[in-house]
Amino acid sequence: MKTETTNIMIVGVGGQGTLLTSRILGRLATQAGYDVKLSEVHGMAQRGGSVVTFVRFGGQVAEPIVEVGQADVLIAFERLEALRYLHFLKKDGVVVVNDLRIDPITVVTGAAEYPDGILEKLQQARRTIAVPATEEAKKLGVPRAFNVIVLGAAARHMAFAKEDWLRVIEATVPPKTVEINKRAFETGYALSV
Amino acid sequence: MKVSETKILLGNEAIARGAYEAGVKVSSAYPGTPSTEVSETLAKYDEVYAEWAPNEKAATEVALGASVAGVRSMCAMKHVGVNVAADPLYTSAYTGVRGGMVLVAADDPGMYSSQNEQDTRMVARAAMLPVIEPSDSAEAKKFMKFAYEFSEKYDTPVILRTTTRLSHSQGPVKLEPREERPDIPYEKDIAKYVMMPGNAIKRHVVVEQRLNRMAEDANTLPINRAEYSDLSVGFITSGVAYQYVKEVMPQASVLKLGLVNPLPRKLIEEFASKVGKLYIFEELEPVIEEQVKSWGIAKAVGKELFTRQGEYSANLLRERVLGETISADAPAQVPARPPILCPGCPHRSVFTALKRLKIHATGDIGCYTLGAVAPLGVIETTVCMGSGISMLHGMEKAKGKDYVRDWVAVIGDSTFMHTGVNSLLNMAYNQATGTVVILDNSTTAMTGHQDHPATGKTLKGEVVPAIDPAALCRAMGIKNVCIVNALDQNELQEVLKRETAREELSVIIAQSPCALLKGVKFPNKCRALPEKCRKCGACLQPGCPALTKNEDGTIKIDEAMCNGCGLCMQLCRFGAIEMKKAGE
Repeated sequence: MKTETTNIMIVGVGGQGTLLTSRILGRLATQAGYDVKLSEVHGMAQRGGSVVTFVRFGGQVAEPIVEVGQADVLIAFERLEALRYLHFLKKDGVVVVNDLRIDPITVVTGAAEYPDGILEKLQQARRTIAVPATEEAKKLGVPRAFNVIVLGAAARHMAFAKEDWLRVIEATVPPKTVEINKRAFETGYALSV
Repeated sequence: MKVSETKILLGNEAIARGAYEAGVKVSSAYPGTPSTEVSETLAKYDEVYAEWAPNEKAATEVALGASVAGVRSMCAMKHVGVNVAADPLYTSAYTGVRGGMVLVAADDPGMYSSQNEQDTRMVARAAMLPVIEPSDSAEAKKFMKFAYEFSEKYDTPVILRTTTRLSHSQGPVKLEPREERPDIPYEKDIAKYVMMPGNAIKRHVVVEQRLNRMAEDANTLPINRAEYSDLSVGFITSGVAYQYVKEVMPQASVLKLGLVNPLPRKLIEEFASKVGKLYIFEELEPVIEEQVKSWGIAKAVGKELFTRQGEYSANLLRERVLGETISADAPAQVPARPPILCPGCPHRSVFTALKRLKIHATGDIGCYTLGAVAPLGVIETTVCMGSGISMLHGMEKAKGKDYVRDWVAVIGDSTFMHTGVNSLLNMAYNQATGTVVILDNSTTAMTGHQDHPATGKTLKGEVVPAIDPAALCRAMGIKNVCIVNALDQNELQEVLKRETAREELSVIIAQSPCALLKGVKFPNKCRALPEKCRKCGACLQPGCPALTKNEDGTIKIDEAMCNGCGLCMQLCRFGAIEMKKAGE
C-alpha cells in the first residue's frame, strides 16, 4: 500500500451532493486501511454557492485540506467550477468534469459572462475527462444520481477495485437508492475508458 | 454504534460522541454554523436529554442548572453565540459546577458563515475559564471526555474550542462505551450558587486561586505535549494549526497545547530555552504569543509572520517559514458564484415587494441576509441576532416618525424567537411606530432546518404546542399584527404600504415554508411562453436561479430547478409565464 498522500477535490454548486460523494470516497479509503481526512463546507455557501470538499488519504495524513498545485484528481460537477479550481491540480493531475452549465447569479443578472470553451481550456491545461453525467442520469430516470455517475468516471483514476466502490456505495447511500446508485456508478465507470 | 469500532466522524460528531461516552445527561444549544452538528448528533442517543433552546443564554443556563443538580451537562454554540451566553458564562466561573459542564464554542476563522471573526479564547481569558482545544476528530472525542474530568477536578465550567475546519473535517475515531455515572447528590450551598455581592466577593478569590492552580498543573497535563526532535526550530501551536506544522515540518520540535487557557508557563519557558528559532503558530488573535512575550521570551515570532485573519494552511508555513515560493498556475479569471436564495424561497418574494415599494430594511442573521446582495439589495444593516428590530427603533428615535415611513425591520421566525422578542418588547414599550416583518418560513433554515419554539417540534422530534408569534405580538399590546402569504405579491405590497404608512407599531408575519424544508412539496412548475415574452426583464429582477434567457433574449425557465412559487409569473405583465399544474 502506498504511503504518500493522495489528494482528491470534489467541487460543484451548493446542493449538488459533494458531501455524499466525499463520504463514499472517505469510507472507501478507510476500509482500504488508509489514514483519511475529509474537509467540507456547510452553512451559507451551500445555498447555491461554489462549494469544495477535500479528501486526503495515505499512510498518515495531517493537514485536512488540499492546497494549490497538490490535487491528484479534481472531480467537478459543473464546468465553471472545474475551471475555478483547476490551479489546485498537479501538473499530471486529472480533471473529471460533468459537462453541465449552471449560470451563477452574476451571469443571470448580466454582471458577468459565462466563459466560452471551458472544456477546451481544461483540456489544454490538464488531462480532462468530460462526462455527460446529467444527460446519462436523466436516461436512468434519476436526474439526481448524476454525481455518482461522475464519481464512477473518476474511479478509473484512483487505485481502488470496482467491487470495493460498489460495496461502499451500498453501505453509504439510503437503502432505497442502492440499486440506482450502483447503476449510476457503473454508467460513469463505463463512460471513462 | 458498536463498541471499539472505528468510524470516520466529523469533528462535531466526535465532540458529541465524547460527550456521550463521558456520560452527559443534559444538553442545550441554539444552532449556529459551524457548531450545529454537535447537538444534532448528541440528540440521537436515547440516554441523553438534548434540546434546542431559543438562544445561547438560555442554553448555557440550562447546562449550568443540570450541573448544579449533579449531572454532566453540555451546551454548544457558534462563537458569536458565546456573546449571547456571556452573562451566565462569566458568573458560572464564580459558582463553579457540581456535575462536569462543558461549553462547546465553534470559532469561524475565514468567516465561512459568520458576521465576525472573534476568538473565543479572548472571552475565556476575560471570564477566567479554561479552554481545551483539539486538533482532529480523534482528539475531539478524547479531549471532550478529558474536559469533563477537568471540569469536576477544578470545579469549573470548561470551554471546548473548535473551529470551522475541525468541526467540518472528518477523520477516524475509535468508539468506546459510555460511562454511566451516578448523579452527584444535590447539596444546598447558598454561598456558592447565589452570586450576590457578599458571596461573589469570596468566590472571586476562589476563581483566581483556581486559575493559578490550573496554570501550575498545566505544566504536567497530558494534553500539553512537547515533541522534541530537531531543536533548531520549535513551534508552539494548538488546534488545526498543529496539523499544518506536522504536514510541512514533521521534524521540527513542537509544543502542542491542548489546554490553551491558562497557559503552562514553565513548560513553555523550558521549550523556548531548548529550541533555536521559536514560532507561535495560532489562528486568529495572538493570545498565546502576547502572554509568551510578556514573560520576556523575546525570540518568539508570531503575528510578525502570520496573519490574524482567515484560516492558516500548510502553504502559509512553506512561504513564511521555509521561504518557499508556491509554484502553481494562476487561478483562472472566472465569474464569482456567491450563495443565493433558492428557487421558490419566500424571502425573495418579500424582498421583491420591498424593492418595488422602495422600502429600506434593517436586517438580521439568517438566509435572508442575502437580501442585502444584488440583485435585491434591500437590506441595509446586519449586525447580530435580533439587531434589526432594535436598530430600526434607534433610527426612529434619532430621526423622528416620518423617517421610518419607508423602512421596515426584517427578521426570520427562529431569530425572532432567539432575541427578536426582546427587541420588539422595547419597541412596544417605548411607543415605536415602525414596521417589523417576520419572515416566517417555519424553520431555522440557514443552519440546515432546526426546530424552534414556534415550529411545534423539539430536537428529539417530539410534537409540542407551538408558540404563536402573532399571539405573542398581540400580548405585547401591539394592535396591528397581520399575517400575509409571503408568495402573494399583491397582498404583500398592499399590506406593506398600509402598515408602513401607519404611525403605529405594526408586525407583518409573512408566511410560507422554506422551499427546502422536508415535506414541503411544490407540485406546480412555472412555464415560459416565449412567444408572448416582450423581453422586458421584469421576471429576472428578483434573481431566481431557475430563470435564464434564450438566445433570442426571451425568457427560459429550468423546470427541474423551478419550485413553482409563481413570483416570476406575478411580475410578468404580458402573460408570458404560466403555472403548469402537477401532471400536466
